[in-house]
Amino acid sequence: MIAVTGRRRVVWAPTLASPDWTLTLLALALSVTGLLLVWSATRLGGDYALLVRQAVAVGIGLVLMWFVSRCDLRVLRAYVPVAYVLALISLAAVLSPLGVRVNGAHSWIVLAPGVQFQPSEFAKVALALAFAVPLGELRDGQRRPGFGGVVLALMLAAVPIGLIALQPDLGTMLVFAAMVTGALLVSGAPKRWLLVLVVGAAGAAVAAWKLGLVRPYQLERLLVLANPAADPGGVGYNAAQARIAIGSGGLTGKGLFNGEQTAGHFVPEQHTDFIFTVAGEELGFAGAAAIVLAMGALLWRGLSIARHSASPYGTVLAGGLVSWMAFQTFLNVGMTVGLMPIVGVPLPFVSYGGSATVAGLLAIGLLQAVHRTKAMQP
Amino acid sequence: MSKARLFVLRLVVVAMVATLLGRLWFLQVVSGAQYVQAAADVRIRTVPVPPVRGQILDVAGRPLVTNRTRPVVTVDAVALAHQPDAGRAVLERLGGVLKQPYQQIAEKVRLCGPEVPQPCWQGSPYEPIPVAEDVTPPVALQISERQQDFPGVRTELRPVRVYPLGSAAAHTLGYVQGAKGRDGLEGVYDRELAGRPGRRDVAVDNTGQVTRTLRQDPPVPGNTLVTSIDSRIQSLTEQALGRAVASSGAESGAAVVMESGTGRLVALAGLPAYDPAVWTDGVTAREYKRLPLLSQPVQGEWAPGSTWKVSSVAAAAAAGYGLGAFYDCPSGYMVGNRVFRNFGSADLGIMTMHGALVESCDTIFYRLADELWERGSQTMEKTARGFGFGKPTGVDLPGEAAGAVPDAASKKAYWQATRKESCRRAVKGYPEMADRGRAAYLTAIAKENCRGGGVWRGGDAANFSIGQGGVLVTPLQLARAYAAIANGGTLHSPRVGQKIVRPDGTTVRAITPPVAGKLPASAETLRFIRNALSQVPRKGTAEGAFKGFPFGKVAVAGKTGTAESFGRRDTSWFASFAPDPAYTVVVVLSEGGRGAEGAAPAARDIWEGIIELTEERTVRPESGSTRDHPTQERR
Repeated sequence: MIAVTGRRRVVWAPTLASPDWTLTLLALALSVTGLLLVWSATRLGGDYALLVRQAVAVGIGLVLMWFVSRCDLRVLRAYVPVAYVLALISLAAVLSPLGVRVNGAHSWIVLAPGVQFQPSEFAKVALALAFAVPLGELRDGQRRPGFGGVVLALMLAAVPIGLIALQPDLGTMLVFAAMVTGALLVSGAPKRWLLVLVVGAAGAAVAAWKLGLVRPYQLERLLVLANPAADPGGVGYNAAQARIAIGSGGLTGKGLFNGEQTAGHFVPEQHTDFIFTVAGEELGFAGAAAIVLAMGALLWRGLSIARHSASPYGTVLAGGLVSWMAFQTFLNVGMTVGLMPIVGVPLPFVSYGGSATVAGLLAIGLLQAVHRTKAMQP
Repeated sequence: MSKARLFVLRLVVVAMVATLLGRLWFLQVVSGAQYVQAAADVRIRTVPVPPVRGQILDVAGRPLVTNRTRPVVTVDAVALAHQPDAGRAVLERLGGVLKQPYQQIAEKVRLCGPEVPQPCWQGSPYEPIPVAEDVTPPVALQISERQQDFPGVRTELRPVRVYPLGSAAAHTLGYVQGAKGRDGLEGVYDRELAGRPGRRDVAVDNTGQVTRTLRQDPPVPGNTLVTSIDSRIQSLTEQALGRAVASSGAESGAAVVMESGTGRLVALAGLPAYDPAVWTDGVTAREYKRLPLLSQPVQGEWAPGSTWKVSSVAAAAAAGYGLGAFYDCPSGYMVGNRVFRNFGSADLGIMTMHGALVESCDTIFYRLADELWERGSQTMEKTARGFGFGKPTGVDLPGEAAGAVPDAASKKAYWQATRKESCRRAVKGYPEMADRGRAAYLTAIAKENCRGGGVWRGGDAANFSIGQGGVLVTPLQLARAYAAIANGGTLHSPRVGQKIVRPDGTTVRAITPPVAGKLPASAETLRFIRNALSQVPRKGTAEGAFKGFPFGKVAVAGKTGTAESFGRRDTSWFASFAPDPAYTVVVVLSEGGRGAEGAAPAARDIWEGIIELTEERTVRPESGSTRDHPTQERR
């Protein structure tokens, strides 16, 4: 037995393949860039607390990333129900008196003074993990998820999305929807389900409009996208100031810490959702394009991991994670350059925000886990 | 299965990256320059730094207008316009603190435009508009501490104009509104007095707070205007005029004191007047309408009456009449079919032109004018123009009136222009007029003018010769004509400004009254006229007014004038000059009665005041030279 076990791998103590160093380095580079930009955006307050907090968040995120990346996917799988239920509980808690209202939405929970987190960021990770279970764990001989699997998956997704709609947080809802769509796409689910998703989304939008669930400010944001000059002092202010900051950066930018628009705090929420404007102004087209390209490369690696995953579960999980980050990046950068409406989502790895930073690095850890988990030996 | 689908996701990622890169290229590289400008517009504010306006000094360096810093409450019109109710609530609150009605503040801060009448803000909408000056510290504190209640309202220290002599020479000095000189010397010499505003480019943050100064361009203070006004003579002239207007019941009046030899103005007084301090706090619409803004010495026009005869005597000499020859001065003279009477129908007997001036005989001039008219001679009119009448003197004060020297051509033109109206009135009469007698008289004239007219007749010439019949002069015109008689015939374009001095005391330029012409009279004629005029206050028409005057000290010569004005009381004139001090003094009282009774005593008052000042100077040697040298400044 001993001799035999010496030659064969033990299932419950698997060895892992080497990590995808490119992926880790890209995530690290984006996080460090994010720290520099947050520093630039907040330094004139004379207060380094935000920079320190973000650095701590990056540190925690890296530790968690390292930890998760060393776990076999099958081991992690055991904790998915726990993570999912915890995510639902915390999402429900923000709606309770425990939640804190910021900018009109309940999205924070304060654990202790100065320590708060945004459950919806962690819910992204939990949903990616949970969604992949019915779609990725196929019975023998099954090559794609069946009807029951897809319905279960959509039900798993509907609960957290519904809770976020109650906050309400339109941006995060859209990110969840993109993640669900992406995961469903790579799972190989029949095309009609994708059609159902599109029709369902359109129906939900119409219903929300008809029932008056769309708030006036959300509508205004959409209108301002069409014509940003309509109201430069009000809703369009963010959009106009963001575009001015980015546009004035030119080809090579004004240099890190030299952005005058940044120093004057003309772009609201600049260190969080509008961090990309700091890059646009201070680093110019060269720097902004480098960030977009780095993000693109990171997503490309993620899709490669999905493609080469040892299990359908890994493929669906990686597909969901990549879809989440891809859509969130496009939404965030798109709103700062006037391609998308102003919806509050952070730029992954770069924006200030502890929960989002930790969740992003956790997602990289999960991608590494998918990458490193080898096929079960027969 | 999922391989193809993963490829779709890859395409999506590539498309996303390409879209964002394309958009960034467009924003940053293609339209980058435009956003650089937009960024500067957002970030940089240019704040004008007002310069200190130059002072206006009198001949001895005494300030007529100077500056003082006072706490001023200003309103930013642009910030107000951004308020939901266009700032009404803010101004109402401000009115409560400043104890001014809302309407009054609103008038001060509204921007002038074609539809907006005075008062209104004439400066840039981007500069702060003062609404109250010299506010008390508690008021200033209340406003600066409650900024949330007063957006766009600020308190700052600002130089404001102060007038040490109160209402003295108000019309001459003019006023300042929104850093711009309006009217008077402030208007004419605005460029020199204003200085150049500096500017400060400041970087601001999103709340409009100044973060740092990018560029500073300090203001250049305005230059000082030294005038030839002697504030002491100005004061005594105004006092004399005030007494004369009060005692004669005149509706308005003016007095001019001029240096005969140079054309420099020493005093200009006009009534009614006002206190220029009203401008510093801003003027309301009601106040503005009631302000007597007309400067009587340069903008008032009256028939000159007998003061005009100096021109007629010169015309007689030019036409070949002997000045020393004897002429009859009967009580009346027939011109055409009408008898023109002497003043009071007095028969003054035989006299020379000397007597005609001293006793102010009219009939000699009627006959003279009638004879010249019959000859078709225009010597009278030409001579009057040569004396500088009928056109502005070119004084360095705004809005000067031209006066009027009527002649055949102007009468015809006037008749043609008014004929239609005359014919209408000839038929309709004047039903709106309460005075039936006057209405009938005017209707008769209208009938005559409708039938025909516009012909310069002997009667017109006769009236012209004694300064009536449409002849109009300004006090300033008369003063410079008499100054020319006194100085040997040189007509100056009068000046109040004497020199422009930099704040460091160096001279920018001296202002010399330019020579505008020579009187059309020989030196002999002028000597004859001077000689005659010297007798007027001693034993002529002004004898009563000058009884007991110290002619030994100052040999004042002059001429009375009493001009009839239809339907109103007479205009009272006295024009005078002396060899030393070589001043010309002219006084007019509108509806002031006879020249000898209203204006002549006022002129005597002024002369006595001048004598007193000269004696003071002689007694007190420490005040320097005994002669009143115009360029001398007290340091």
